[in-house]
Amino acid sequence: MTKWLLVGLIVVCTTIGDLLQSREMKRHGEIHDFRPGKLGRVFAGLARRRGLLLAVCFMALSFFAFLTLLSVSELSFAVPATAASYVVETLLARYVLKEDVSPSRWLGACLVACGVALLAF
Amino acid sequence: MKEPPSLLRIKTAIVSAVVILANVCGNFSMSWGLKHSMALTLSPVSYLAALLNPWVAAGILLLMLWTLSRLTLLSWADLSFVLPVTALGYVLNAGLGHLFLGEYISPQRWTGTILIVAGTALVSATAPRTKR
Repeated sequence: MTKWLLVGLIVVCTTIGDLLQSREMKRHGEIHDFRPGKLGRVFAGLARRRGLLLAVCFMALSFFAFLTLLSVSELSFAVPATAASYVVETLLARYVLKEDVSPSRWLGACLVACGVALLAF
Repeated sequence: MKEPPSLLRIKTAIVSAVVILANVCGNFSMSWGLKHSMALTLSPVSYLAALLNPWVAAGILLLMLWTLSRLTLLSWADLSFVLPVTALGYVLNAGLGHLFLGEYISPQRWTGTILIVAGTALVSATAPRTKR
């Protein structure tokens, strides 16, 4: 029971963290200038965005929940179970971020999720 | 500023490669450093000692590069594109583990590797950005 609660927590936190990161970066706008000085200023500005700071908190929570899951279960359970986040995130990218997810992308996301699950064995 | 699609594809391929390599090398470096240093205990001192290991420190720097390059990629590419394409890192991690850490790759793992490569190839053939 604890294991499945942790899996749920990891999937939810990873999904929220990734959605927030994607939304905040689209709001910031495309990065064109890759000179180190310019990139440094861009990242310093990004560090002040509340949405991104919140995303980092969710990713940290997900990381510590994953460590806890590894302490109570096998790696061969933890990795495949959390690979479900690929499919959940693609679903939310379609409906929350309004991305145009083509059949190729759906198939690709499902293949990757299955592949990640198999890699744990 | 509108970019030609070919330029966008080249830029996406280069930054995706940086994201994948920084993640794979960062994980490998941390794993190598932790396996060749003192075992971690509950004491914070052992964690601090691990952080001073050059391999672990290099791993952390690479994982910082991974985070920043992923944010850069997300500034123009869809999340539903970035997730499957950067999953190629799982395959490279398994390959490095096999080559340098002597880990065994079972038939199931090979099947998983083939599925990830196929999924990545399918998604990377789509346009990285579908709305603006």
